[in-house]
Amino acid sequence: MTKGYDLSSGSLRELNANLQVSAENLSRQIPGTFGEWRVENPMGSHALAVGLSGPLLVDIEGSTGYYCGGMNKGASIHVRGSVGPGVAENMMSGRVFVDGDASQYAGATGHGGLLVIRGNASSRCGISMKGIDIVVGGSVGHMSAFMGQTGNLVVLGDAGDAFGDSLYEARLFVRGSVKSLGADCEEKEMRSEHKDFLKKLLEDSGFGDVEVSSFRRYGSARNLYNFDVDKVGNY
Amino acid sequence: MCGIVGCFLKNDKLRPELGAMLSEMLVVMTDRGPDSAGFAVYGDEKRGKLKMTVQSPRGGDDFALLERDLVGKGLVEKGGVRVRDTHAVIELSDDRESAVRSLIVEGYSAVRVMGVGRSMEIYKEVGLPKDVSSRFGLSKMEGGHGVGHTRMATESAVTTLGAHPFSTGEDQCLVHNGSLSNHNNLRRSLKKRGMVFETTNDSEVAASYLSYRLKEGDGLEASMEGMLDDVDGFYTFVVGTHNGFGVLRDGIACKPAVMAETDDYVVFGSEYRALAVLPGIEKGRVWEPEPSTVYFWER
Repeated sequence: MTKGYDLSSGSLRELNANLQVSAENLSRQIPGTFGEWRVENPMGSHALAVGLSGPLLVDIEGSTGYYCGGMNKGASIHVRGSVGPGVAENMMSGRVFVDGDASQYAGATGHGGLLVIRGNASSRCGISMKGIDIVVGGSVGHMSAFMGQTGNLVVLGDAGDAFGDSLYEARLFVRGSVKSLGADCEEKEMRSEHKDFLKKLLEDSGFGDVEVSSFRRYGSARNLYNFDVDKVGNY
Repeated sequence: MCGIVGCFLKNDKLRPELGAMLSEMLVVMTDRGPDSAGFAVYGDEKRGKLKMTVQSPRGGDDFALLERDLVGKGLVEKGGVRVRDTHAVIELSDDRESAVRSLIVEGYSAVRVMGVGRSMEIYKEVGLPKDVSSRFGLSKMEGGHGVGHTRMATESAVTTLGAHPFSTGEDQCLVHNGSLSNHNNLRRSLKKRGMVFETTNDSEVAASYLSYRLKEGDGLEASMEGMLDDVDGFYTFVVGTHNGFGVLRDGIACKPAVMAETDDYVVFGSEYRALAVLPGIEKGRVWEPEPSTVYFWER
């Protein structure tokens, strides 16, 4: 049974405590057991549904503020609106779906799980990503995937300036244009293994009808991994 | 961290609601700036008349003396000084501005001129935004557009004069979230060009730069474009002019900004929370202003 919480009358702290306890309890149940919550009137609140470490389905009926779904571990969070800065920041596993747009540093430092933004994401999307998969239906702003270590960033629209700057091993896929590539980021061959992987990721993200051959792949040129004084101008 | 709110009405029927809209938005931004708050409201104007907003920590006592003096010298009509807490708005004829200014500077050391305009009134004080808003009765104010600011001080002291908005030209005001890095140099260069400064605050320099460019005949758009080249640091600016409202973010754009437009209004907030309280917002188009891009609306 779905539990409801209305933030126009309740408190954010109480809601988060309830969600966290509920998720924690469910994490000890038989695998496949899910709890369902529905949050109404989020009114742009910050840190909504953060730190959930268990199989909870959370439906948020509106737009949220900073850090929605941060540090998520196993929960599935669906925001039926837009999100502020730092959505799903440092996610470990689970899913965060956003119907609208996301502000800056969406999915920052994420270790795992899937973040889907159906609209646009702003600057620094996927900054320092460490294993998270991020799929953006629209475009991403400047400095996206900056210092991305592992994981995948898929952009169905365009990418802004300095895309993939100082990239490590994160893989970047863009369907539209890239305004400029950052230091040590280069276009790479789209091999069949990449196409297969991308097809599956797009299907999981609700973009199953998008043609994978329309994407280009970008990654690290691996020239700036370690400090080299002869390349000091390139860092 | 600071909070900014702004509202530009497209539908005149909402003019009586402007103050209430700004007040609600301002209070939501308390978490971003509990030190001080301020706002500028562009309200009704009378032909040939200016409104000079002055401030004194002693409030009513100073203003009663000042009014008697101004009326006695024939500079202001009786009843021409409207007191709101620590601020007062002096209604004067166009040609009396310099005479009134001299009288204040020479005779009233505690009274500061906050701003002058045909339609603009400006209020700012130290304290929580809800208290500042209610002391000045913001929610009852009417007008076509306005900006507000909640301050968490970084570059200069928590004082009334250090609060925003800064007004450095007729009907001009600016609010700022961020911190500038070349304000000392820019202040020196603006001083050489005749601009006058009241504080050591970085945001006042940005306001003054804009006033200088507008005075030189550049329009609002060109003046704001100029800020991208000449003002260095972190910033989200929201500015008001007699008939306009503008927004500008630096190229890094780490200081937050959200805008929304409906058939009735254009609004700005540092966070979406500030906009979520507005009537009809659910029908609006909500977006994040792009870095290094001038947005402005004029009527």
